[in-house]
Amino acid sequence: MMILLDLFLGFLRVGCFAFGGAYGAIPLIREVILSYGWMEDEMITYMIAVSESTPGPIMVNMATYAGSCQAGLPGALIATAAVVLPSFLIILLITAVMHTALKNRYIQAVLRGLKPCIIGIVLATGIYMIMKNTAAVPGGTFMPRPVLITVFLAIVYFGSRKIRRGGISPILLICISAAAGILTYGL
Amino acid sequence: MNTIMDLFFSFAEIGLFTFGGGYAMIALIENMCVEKKRWITHDEMMNITVIAESTPGPIAINCATYVGYRQKGFAGALAATLGIILPSFCIIYIISVFFDRFLEITWITHAFMGIRIAVGILILDAGLKMFRKMKKKRLPVSIMLCSCAAVLAADLLSVHLSSILLMITAGMISLLLSLAEMKGGNA
Repeated sequence: MMILLDLFLGFLRVGCFAFGGAYGAIPLIREVILSYGWMEDEMITYMIAVSESTPGPIMVNMATYAGSCQAGLPGALIATAAVVLPSFLIILLITAVMHTALKNRYIQAVLRGLKPCIIGIVLATGIYMIMKNTAAVPGGTFMPRPVLITVFLAIVYFGSRKIRRGGISPILLICISAAAGILTYGL
Repeated sequence: MNTIMDLFFSFAEIGLFTFGGGYAMIALIENMCVEKKRWITHDEMMNITVIAESTPGPIAINCATYVGYRQKGFAGALAATLGIILPSFCIIYIISVFFDRFLEITWITHAFMGIRIAVGILILDAGLKMFRKMKKKRLPVSIMLCSCAAVLAADLLSVHLSSILLMITAGMISLLLSLAEMKGGNA
């Protein structure tokens, strides 16, 4: 029972503060999952890739997965409901009664501070993940293979934009990275 | 077909065919709700996009709740929201049952060694895209730099830093500064 309550409260917190689109919520999801010890950091990264390659918003997919791993189907249902509930209620409230709430200048002022803060958090999380993968963190040991893959993928992903507008899609990058992983580690 | 069922199945269709979530889903929702079903107008669609940016939660779910409510009140909102979540919920639930065993296969492990590097790059790229769209004024840029530095430092030193607390602080700083500005403007 306790685990269901934890899942509900943990993902309710994610749902309340999940501003900034698909990736805006990833740092917060990571923080909540790690603080409860529901999944290892590595597993979270894998699940982000799986969520990106399956239908549906990443935030909801992560909640379903963490819930299911911790407490089966009931866990999945509760975590998914909790992560969606705040945005559901807020949109209902805005469309039903408070049409002008978002135009309120105090709310606007708070949001003006909130958004750049989230951008900073997302950037830091991306930088940290790359550093961790390439072992450029305190206590990390240098390994040539991940550094090689990082450089290769960065060139492919950002370089493709110079050739074609928009470049390659995230899903294609994930496929290429899987192939790169198999080739580098398996051969 | 009655409207509640129609809302549920239309949004289930959207939920099944959109990968990654976020803005990728908007085009599909617009196609379904504005052009095919004529549930809302194009202007309303634009309006929801703006609301979604200022409220927590994935934009696709915000759209579903809004459109559902406009058509059939609370029951409609519930049907549309459940509809958009259901396909990805089922898919992720099935994956969660097999994923651990799946990861024990050696070449899959190798593939995920590559994939986790791609995830870091995708998150960094998401942050960079958000930054490019941000207004480059002094306050948002300083908030962004501070939050980025704080989160990165906390990650590297393995110190716990609550990103919700960080977000609330940034919101409050912005609110206080604009309150001071309003007072200054009146005097």
